[in-house]
Amino acid sequence: MSTTFIEGSIAVAKTVGVCRPQVISAYPITPQTHIVEHLSELVANGELKCEYVNVESEHSAASVVLGASATGARTYTATTSQGFLLMIEVLFNIAGMRLPIVMTCVNRAVSAPINIWNDQQDSLTARDSGWIQLYAEDNQEASDMHLQAFKIAENKDIMLPVMVCMDGFILTHSFDPIELITQEQADKFLSPFTPQYYLTPKNPLSFGTMVGPDGYMETRYFIEKTMQVSLQVISDVAADFHNQFGRFQGGLIDTYKVEDASLVLVAMGSIIGTIKDIVDELRAKGQKIGVLKVRSYRPFPKDEIYKALSHVREIAVVEKAVSLGYGGILANEIKSVFYGKPKTPKINGYILGLGGRDITIDTIHQVIKDSVNVLSEEKFIGLNEALIKR
Amino acid sequence: MIEIRVHGRGGQGSVTAAELLGFAAHSDGKYAQAFPSFGSERMGAPVQAFVRISDKPIRIRSQVYKPNYVIVQDPTLLEVINVLDGLQEDGLLLINSKKKATELGINTPIKVKTIPAMEIALEVIGRPIMNTTLLGAFAAATGEISLEGIRKAIHHKFPGPVGEKNIAAVLKAFDFIKKESL
Repeated sequence: MSTTFIEGSIAVAKTVGVCRPQVISAYPITPQTHIVEHLSELVANGELKCEYVNVESEHSAASVVLGASATGARTYTATTSQGFLLMIEVLFNIAGMRLPIVMTCVNRAVSAPINIWNDQQDSLTARDSGWIQLYAEDNQEASDMHLQAFKIAENKDIMLPVMVCMDGFILTHSFDPIELITQEQADKFLSPFTPQYYLTPKNPLSFGTMVGPDGYMETRYFIEKTMQVSLQVISDVAADFHNQFGRFQGGLIDTYKVEDASLVLVAMGSIIGTIKDIVDELRAKGQKIGVLKVRSYRPFPKDEIYKALSHVREIAVVEKAVSLGYGGILANEIKSVFYGKPKTPKINGYILGLGGRDITIDTIHQVIKDSVNVLSEEKFIGLNEALIKR
Repeated sequence: MIEIRVHGRGGQGSVTAAELLGFAAHSDGKYAQAFPSFGSERMGAPVQAFVRISDKPIRIRSQVYKPNYVIVQDPTLLEVINVLDGLQEDGLLLINSKKKATELGINTPIKVKTIPAMEIALEVIGRPIMNTTLLGAFAAATGEISLEGIRKAIHHKFPGPVGEKNIAAVLKAFDFIKKESL
């Protein structure tokens, strides 16, 4: 298979381009900028027939794609960090109106203090917004995930927005060999968007009108129910993609050497690649260790995770975000997977890599060493002791 | 897997040098990964970029701490940062400088080579941008990437006459290092 040596952001923009979006609106913000710059170039050069709407803020960008999607257009936006937080009101509206928008959340830390580097605090803050959230391990997956995202979102049984999350800088600014998706391949995989209901003068409708106590709760009930249906759809779309392209990086989760492992690390995003190298290194020394990737964070695939980890004695959850006041977000959810089950493994949570602190091989070795030795509370790994003791 | 660290100053094309190295290795049929040291780039400030080249797919996503090779685009950086940091003992430090390695006062048992890349770039390209010139010297000194790979990378990044001039500078730097080792 032929690959192109290309920056992650550009690969993603090219994939979004072949998905034939009809309206794109975005506001540039580091480290998301290269994605939307390249898309605007494609539109300006006439390579992509699409309405590209420049706006003055992320709140407006999200509002533009909301309106456009309601008219039945396939729409896309991308943002990160502060821009993401500025969008958040509209993100809830998009999910509530059941608009199948696809967006890239380039993962970056949030202020204050201001920090442009990677962690996953931004997207996790919108955990409960009704968006499907998928996390990419590398740039091939980030690129491929966007084609899958439109197919998942626009499935008539789903009609929910999908957020593709990719680590800022670490993925967006890295050049890697990528199998790019051609227009012909994309057209074969993804049909044109034909919504069952949309804004048109021929059939006037209202989206997002006021609903009182007599009906609001049911809108939440239906989204929650659809999230459960989407578990199957996300798996099916990944399988369809595998059939057509021969590439598979997991459906709801992916596992690496977990089958006979006694210790499994659980994580999301680009850290998975580094962990895989360490898994191979330690297995060569006889340590039975594996890694589980949470690819779909919302919906949360608790049954698949339980099935994959039910035999495991020790789990170490490593994550680049924190629920201030209750430790690791993913760690707490992984613990809940085992609630009421006959056998509960030891589960340790580790918070690392916040605000772009580099996650090195040593960082992961520290996690493994700590995890084997003790049952700990959620712990920060890789802190600068000099700063703490000051 | 080999790892390379490129030191330069903002505006000297360090990230482009890393990209071109990765592109060249990829054209040579190897796996490659190239990335900048992430930050707010400012003109003139010290910057770094990294490259990994391997026969197997590259999964690791940390920065490079123990490079096999270090390329220094700007000799004034030698006074500011320790460019030898983490460089492996059997590695190579390649510096853009018209001085000989022995004249730079670098105290290390590690192999050091210099190339007057700025002078070559000014003469051949006509602009004080020596990132591509250094690639020719790197290829000659290490054999890790082919001249054909560099040529493809430069053609891809700089189509037309600009690319041709850069390739001419690459060849001149390649010959300079080769002659020196005769």
